[in-house]
Amino acid sequence: METKAFQKIYTSITQITKATCSLNAEGVGYEELASVNGRLAQVVKIQGQNVTLQVFGGTEGIPSNAEVTFYGRPPVLKVSDDLAGRFFNSFGLPIDGGPEVEGDEREIGGPSVNPVRRKQPSELIATGIAGIDLNNTLVTGQKIPFFADPDQPFNQVMAMVALRAKADKIILGGMGLTNDDYLYFKNIFDSAGALDRIVSFVNTTEDPPVERLLVPDMALTAAEYFAVDRNENVLVLLTDMTLYADALSIVSNRMDQIPSKDSMPGSLYSDLAKLYEKAVQFPEGGSITIIAVTTLSGGDITHAIPDNTGYITEGQLFLRRDTEIGKVIVDPFRSLSRLKQLVIGKKTREDHPQVMNTAVRLYADAANARTKLENGFDLTDYDERTLKFAKEYSDRLLAIDVNIDTDTMLNTGWELFSENFTQAEVGIRKEMTDKYWPRKK
Amino acid sequence: MKENNLTRGKVTGVIANLVMVDVDGPVSQNEICYINLEGVKLMAEVIKVFEKRAYIQVFESTRGLKVGTEVEFTKGMLEVTLGPGILSRNYDGLQHDLNKMDGVFLKRGDYTSALDDKKKWSFKPLAKKGDTVAAGDWLGEVNENEQPHKIMVPFKFEGRYKIKSVVSEGEYTVNDTIAVLTDQKDNEVPVTMVQKWPVKVPIKTYKNKPRPFKLLETGVRTMDTLNPIVEGGTGFIPGPFGSGKTVLQHAISKQAEADIVVVAACGERANEVVEIFAEFPEIEDPRTGRKLMERTTIIANTSNMPVAAREASVYTAMTIAEYYRAMGLKILLLADSTSRWAQALREMSNRMEELPGPDAFPMDLPAIISNFYSRAGFVYLNNGETGSITFIGTVSPAGGNLKEPVTESTKKAARCFYALSQQRADSKRYPAIDPIDSYSKYIEYPELQDYMKENISDTWVDNVMLVKNILIRGKEASEQINILGDDGVPISYHVDFWKSEVIDFIILQQDAFDPIDRSCPIPRQKYMLEKVLDVYDTSFEFESFEEVNPYFKRIINELKQMNYSEYESEQFKRHEKELYYIIDEKKSA
Ligand SMILES: Nc1ncnc2c1ncn2[C@@H]1O[C@H](COP(=O)(O)OP(=O)(O)OP(=O)(O)O)[C@@H](O)[C@H]1O
Ligand SMILES: [Mg+2]
Repeated sequence: METKAFQKIYTSITQITKATCSLNAEGVGYEELASVNGRLAQVVKIQGQNVTLQVFGGTEGIPSNAEVTFYGRPPVLKVSDDLAGRFFNSFGLPIDGGPEVEGDEREIGGPSVNPVRRKQPSELIATGIAGIDLNNTLVTGQKIPFFADPDQPFNQVMAMVALRAKADKIILGGMGLTNDDYLYFKNIFDSAGALDRIVSFVNTTEDPPVERLLVPDMALTAAEYFAVDRNENVLVLLTDMTLYADALSIVSNRMDQIPSKDSMPGSLYSDLAKLYEKAVQFPEGGSITIIAVTTLSGGDITHAIPDNTGYITEGQLFLRRDTEIGKVIVDPFRSLSRLKQLVIGKKTREDHPQVMNTAVRLYADAANARTKLENGFDLTDYDERTLKFAKEYSDRLLAIDVNIDTDTMLNTGWELFSENFTQAEVGIRKEMTDKYWPRKK
Repeated sequence: MKENNLTRGKVTGVIANLVMVDVDGPVSQNEICYINLEGVKLMAEVIKVFEKRAYIQVFESTRGLKVGTEVEFTKGMLEVTLGPGILSRNYDGLQHDLNKMDGVFLKRGDYTSALDDKKKWSFKPLAKKGDTVAAGDWLGEVNENEQPHKIMVPFKFEGRYKIKSVVSEGEYTVNDTIAVLTDQKDNEVPVTMVQKWPVKVPIKTYKNKPRPFKLLETGVRTMDTLNPIVEGGTGFIPGPFGSGKTVLQHAISKQAEADIVVVAACGERANEVVEIFAEFPEIEDPRTGRKLMERTTIIANTSNMPVAAREASVYTAMTIAEYYRAMGLKILLLADSTSRWAQALREMSNRMEELPGPDAFPMDLPAIISNFYSRAGFVYLNNGETGSITFIGTVSPAGGNLKEPVTESTKKAARCFYALSQQRADSKRYPAIDPIDSYSKYIEYPELQDYMKENISDTWVDNVMLVKNILIRGKEASEQINILGDDGVPISYHVDFWKSEVIDFIILQQDAFDPIDRSCPIPRQKYMLEKVLDVYDTSFEFESFEEVNPYFKRIINELKQMNYSEYESEQFKRHEKELYYIIDEKKSA
């Protein structure tokens, strides 16, 4: 990124902290981009002459006489169809050895869509995973994170979902990605022959953490180009948003802001919402769907990061290892897709809502039975049957290695009901049981 | 330097949407000003003044703003524009019409007008020459979406006025003069159909505000039957994310027996507002046969819209509600979520480096919340007519923990508490309102009890109290069973538990997405309550505890099928009959 020719060079920094530095400068715009000894930085505070910069690469080794220049504009991304198939760093510069992309310059973190110009999401995204399609159906224009412990295979599941989702473009925003995971994504997209549909912005664990703050905005700016200018269905993958939020707290704590819960900035909700709300269905057909990852620490969802995320996103997907069947499943209790109502029973078979709810309720009964068992109580005949049901349900429907279409999922559900329960125990609307209850062979 | 006596200033600092301005004249707290950012005017509000420096919160992104940028002050506070044509509109938090804005993306400084100034309204005078009038008195009415929309003496008019003239029945635009009044000093003042009012100031043109006493029917069983809200009442819905706050509010907004519904989408998801945009123009109001959108106004400041306008959005909504209440209408005001508004206050107080209160919220948060809730209420207008604003807000407690400042402050201000429980939501027992923790203070009001006895049935209040007891007893029984084991307790414990489960499944749970079950009118609620009490009143005989669960499941199944059937239809009656066969099977002799 070259700077303007007539620009002024400042050389006297007045204050340096871990993530920011301050200096006296004139004519500087808020959120403007700057360079501090070649490191990119952004204006985060102006007080009279005094300007505070957030230095993305960190301030290690920055001397008080570092050269500071201002770009006269906020960070931008050049957008065009040439983005496709390319890998970039947090600043939108190629890391794949290819040339810089030419195109229209767009400010990142730009304005929001007018809510009256949105369309209600209504296109189902089929993934073949019953834990998702049956219980937590995804819809284009939705934003939903995986809530997962760091040791769970969330990146693998996310890549699988992305590849099956039939999106026109997949945009990967990697924040604090390990090099291995970065190569994993590269590899799996490559071997699926999908590289030409992928755009990646990657900050790895080897890069400075504050740089991550640019990644989601870069990814979403590229997404808006394809969704608005090209009317494409774009799927944005953001992993790991917990590391993004950690970077936010580094900067805000350096700026002496009073932290709120879990030392996160008080603006965490707004900061995250601004990103996630970029998910949208446009009336012209283009859409942006966001699937993110929020890693939990010790499964604690009351921590400020997952908590605020849950309040923003349209549901969440929980992965859990089911020790009984030895597989990872999509947990039906804590997982939820808020937009499923818009498609289930409408774009899918009419019995979908009832089969889904009933199966989860019976699975809950099984959980109660298991508690009884653990507390050393005898089980009733009904308890025994719920346990048998739960095991098969987990194995044949919830496990992430399931890959079937929705009708098959529903038929499997009815089979499991009829094998283990009476119609009254299942309690589904009579019109439905009359039609779908499997006949005795 | 100064023109028209208006104060001007220059930007001296920027921290996100907090901007410091050095001014050349007087400024007042909450005064509105405009920052001239390269020709685009950004609206802002003064939130603190220190000597010659004004601290302003900008209702827009401040990207690109520089020191030295000019600021113009307006002398006015944040005001809304009141007049016919507010219904069916979609506004942003500052009452700009979202539909009038160009383009897919919101543009800074794109301030569209709230009303349509070309449209002609057919005006009918209600007052005549020579009448003495005061602020809020009705001069005439126009037909706004088949509702009588009163044109009133502007609320800002102080003292008494005499009507010099009123135009005759005919078609007028909002800016046409429809009456001329004279004040005590014989000055003539023209009145149009539009007036402005500062949002932070309550409109108090009513005679008095008695305790509310009329049930407001919402069609949600667990509210109407167990913890009813009243016309002019206040309530709030706290709950962790995903527990059903928005779905419940949407259900109430569709079904409640209100003349007008004002929805403030405050810092929540855009897709949820889009759902209203998409559905309300299609859904019919069963009582009027007209589309829901015709009685609804939406104030949308979704979470990606400017944070400072979030606070304004709830006040804008409240002021619009007060305007319609002064016309003698029943208003339902909903805000989702009031926590986002409190967070916006927190962000700002944080940037201003104010001394923080609990959880870094501003110290005066409880006062702000209780002032806001106090603007709701049932009123008698000066002409003897009544009007009401029923307000229900949601609260999004951090980590789902109700011991946090917004929930605690709201609990002091609101009279109904609808606590959504994570556990109920997890087991899909929707709506997840906890029947035991939740309360309605109104149910203790003798005025309301009398009203319900008269309008529902003599035994209604007693039955409701009985149901609450059954639920508590059921909970105790279930705890005992969990501690002592299924066979460690008498069979009667199982029966008590399952009798409460019948109430849970049939009265408390309600499928918001089922075309029939989603709305349950009072007569049907009464009928179903009698059915479950029939079950309760029956004494059953069981050989062993193992029989209890499957037996009650059958009872619940029949009753549930009744909930899913058209009221009093063949199907409904068939299941009812079946229910009594099942009851007879185990009824003790
Ligand atoms: N009455 C109901 N009937 C059926 N499903 C419901 C009901 N209430 C809630 N749900 C389910 O729960 C989901 C979440 O509900 P909702 O969006 O109202 O939660 P919320 O409390 O507003 O969450 P947030 O605080 O994140 O906005 C819905 O998408 C729906 O799947
Ligand atoms: Mg909600």
